[in-house]
Amino acid sequence: MGWRGAGLFLVMICLLGLVGFVQSWPLAFTILNLCLISAILSLGVNIQWGYAGLLNVGVMGFVALGGMAGIVVSMPPVTEAVQAGGGGILLALLIALVTAGAVWAAARALGGRLRMLAVTVILIAGAFLARSVFDPAVEAIEAVDSARTGFLGGLGLPILFSWIVGGIFAAGAAWMIGKVSLGLRSDYLAIATLGISEIIIAILKNEDWLTRGVKNVTGIPRPVPYEVDLQDAPYLIDLADRWGMSIVDVASVAVKLCYAGLFLAVLLIVLWLSERALHSPWGRMMRAIRDNEVAAEAMGKDVTARHLQVFVLGSAVLGVAGAMLTTLDGQFTPASYQPLRFTFLIWVMVIVGGSGNNWGAVLGGFVVWFFWVEAEPIGLWLMDLMTSGLAEDSALREHLLKSAAHMRLMTMGAILLLVLRFAPRGLIPER
Amino acid sequence: METLNALALLGNFLIVPGITYGCQLALGALGITLIYGILRFSNFAHGETMAFGTMVVILVTWGLQGMGVSLGPLPTALLALPFGIAASVALLLLTDRYVYKFYRTQRSTPVIYLIASIGVMFLYNGLIRFIIGPNDQQFSDGSRFIIKAREFKQMTGLDEGLAIKTTQGITLVVTVVLVIALFWFLSRTRAGKSMRAYSDNEDLALLSGIDPDRVVMIAWCLTAALATIAGTLYGLDKSFKPFTYLQILLPIFAAAIVGGLGSPVGAIAGGFVIAFSEVAVTFAYRKVFGYMGYEVDGLMQLLSTDYKFAVSFAILVIVLLVKPTGLFAGKSF
Repeated sequence: MGWRGAGLFLVMICLLGLVGFVQSWPLAFTILNLCLISAILSLGVNIQWGYAGLLNVGVMGFVALGGMAGIVVSMPPVTEAVQAGGGGILLALLIALVTAGAVWAAARALGGRLRMLAVTVILIAGAFLARSVFDPAVEAIEAVDSARTGFLGGLGLPILFSWIVGGIFAAGAAWMIGKVSLGLRSDYLAIATLGISEIIIAILKNEDWLTRGVKNVTGIPRPVPYEVDLQDAPYLIDLADRWGMSIVDVASVAVKLCYAGLFLAVLLIVLWLSERALHSPWGRMMRAIRDNEVAAEAMGKDVTARHLQVFVLGSAVLGVAGAMLTTLDGQFTPASYQPLRFTFLIWVMVIVGGSGNNWGAVLGGFVVWFFWVEAEPIGLWLMDLMTSGLAEDSALREHLLKSAAHMRLMTMGAILLLVLRFAPRGLIPER
Repeated sequence: METLNALALLGNFLIVPGITYGCQLALGALGITLIYGILRFSNFAHGETMAFGTMVVILVTWGLQGMGVSLGPLPTALLALPFGIAASVALLLLTDRYVYKFYRTQRSTPVIYLIASIGVMFLYNGLIRFIIGPNDQQFSDGSRFIIKAREFKQMTGLDEGLAIKTTQGITLVVTVVLVIALFWFLSRTRAGKSMRAYSDNEDLALLSGIDPDRVVMIAWCLTAALATIAGTLYGLDKSFKPFTYLQILLPIFAAAIVGGLGSPVGAIAGGFVIAFSEVAVTFAYRKVFGYMGYEVDGLMQLLSTDYKFAVSFAILVIVLLVKPTGLFAGKSF
C-alpha cells in the first residue's frame, strides 16, 4: 500500500472523527458502517473491472439479489402461505425447468426451420402450462393475511447465513449472464448486465409472493442486540455517565460498533483473499489477459473461461455485500435500488480509488461514500451561501435550492469523467 | 364478421401501437448504430440525448404556444423540432470536443469510451433534471385522432373500434421520410460515402484522404437529429418524463444488436422486431380467442406488462446465443 495509501487512510479516519465531533457520534458510525459495505462492493467491482477489464453495468442487480437472500434465509416461514401455494410454486418451477430442458434438447436434436418451430411451440406451451399452475398458487399465497404477510416467508435461519447465500445467488446469475455474453464484443457484456439488473429489480418489485414487492419486508431479524435492550445495561449507563453522553446515543453507537465489527471481519477476509489472488500466478495471468487478450490467447490461456470465472467471483462479492446491506437496514425495499446509487457510485469508488489495486478500491469506497453522504449538507450550505445575495423570496434562489438535489447526478458524472481523463490511475495506483 | 372483429381488435391494440413503437425504436437504434459504426462504441448517453433534444423542443413549444403560434391539427412541437435539433447538435459536438476527442487521439479501447459515455449520461441527466425537473410534461396539442374508435365502428359496423392517434400517423410519416433521406445521404452523397468507407475500414479511408474529424462531426450531427426526432415522437405519443428515456435505452440497444451493430438497415429491422415482440408478448389474447369462437378464462397473456423490457432482453439473449453479429451482419452502412 505504501506511505501514500497509509496517509490517505489516516486522513479518512480523521474525517470520520471530525463528523463525530462536529455532527454526532451515531452519525459517524452510520457512515463508517456504510463505508465498510461500500468498500466490499468496490472490491467486487475491482475484481471484475480492475483485474480483468470487464464492465458490469448491472452491479445493482447483483446487490439486490444478495439483499433478497436476507429475506429468504432469515424471515420466519409463513406456514399457512407455504401450505396454500408452496407446492404450486415448486411445480411451476419444475415445469419451467423441464421446458428449458426440452428447448435445449430440441435445439440440439433438430435443425433448420423445424428447430425454430419446435422451440417456439415448446416455449409457448411451457409458458402457458407453468402459468396455469403458477397463477393460482401466487393468488393463494398473496391472499394469506396480505396486509402483514402475503408471501412465503423464509427459512427462519440466522441472518448471517444469508451473506453466503447472497453470494451464491449473485454468482448464479452472473454465471448465466457471463455464459451468454462473454467471449463476444466487450459492449455486449455491458448491455446484457444492464438488462439483467433491470429485470432482477422488476421481479423483486412485482413478485409479491417472494419479496412482498413494493410492500417491502420489514423487521428482518438482527445478528446484534437491539438498542432498547442495551439502554438498560448497567455498564453502558455507567459509560454514558462517564463520557457525559446520553444513554440513547451510547446504545446506538454500541449497536453500530457490533455491526462494524462484523463488516470489518468480512472486509478483511475479502481483502486478504483478493490480495492473495492478485499476487498469485492466477492474478498475473488475469492482468496479462486484461492488458493483451490476443497475446494471452496465443500463450494458450482460455480467455473466455477466465473472464467467466472472474466475473462470477466478483459478482459473488457483490451479492455478499448486498446481503450485508439488508442485514444493516433490517428491511428489504426493492424500490430503493437505483442504478445511480448501486451501480455507478460503486464504479466511481473503484475508479477514484485506483482500479486494479485492492487497497485503492477500499479507500475509494470510504472516500466516495463519505462525500456522497456529506455532499448534501455541504452542497446546501454552498448553495445557500452563493444565493445569499438574492432576496429571501426570489424565484431563482428557490429554484436553485430545490435543484441542489439533482446536482448529485451531475457531480457524479463530472467526477467520473475528470478522474478518467486526468487521473486514470486513481488515488492509490496499481503497482 | 367475427374474424373482422378479431382483426380490428388486433389492429387497434397490437399492429398500430407496434408500428409506432417500432418507428421510435428504429430511429433511436439508428443513432446508436451510426455512432457504433464510426466511433466503435455503444453510446450509453443516447437515451439522455433523446431526452435533452425533447426537452428543448418542449421549452420552445411552450414559447410558441405562448405567442399563439400553432400548426392547426398538427402538434406545434413539429415547428420547434429544428431548435431542438440545433441544441442537441451543439451539445453533442461540445461533448465530443471535451470528452471523446481526447480518447480518440489516445486510441483508447472501446470500454473506456463506454465508461466516458456513462459519465456523459449522468451529466446530461443532471442537466435535464436541473432545467425541466423530473416530472411528467405534456406538450402535445392539435387534434388527437386521425380515426376515432367510434367513427370506425360506425363506418364499418363492427363491434371493435380501430383508433389511430395523430401522433401515431406523424410518427410513421416522419420516420419514413427520415429513413429515405438518411439512406439517400449515405449512398448518394460524397459525405455519406466517406462515412461508409470510414466505417468499413478506417485505415484505408484515412489513406484515401478522408478527413476523420469531419466524418465524426457528421456522425454526431446525424445522431443528434435522429435522437431529437425520436425522443420528440416518443414524448408526443406517450408523455415526456426524463426517467422513461433511461428505460428506453435497453430496447434501443437490443434493437441495434438484433439488427447488427453498425448496420442502419439492421437497426430499422431490429426496432420493429423488438417493438412487435414486446407488444405481442404482453398482449392479452382473451377477446381475440373469443371472436374466433373459443371461450377461455384467464387473460391469455404470455407475460404481464410489468416485464415488457424482459422481452427485449430475452430477444437480445437469443440473438447473442444464435447469431451474435445480428440479422444484417457484415453490411455496415
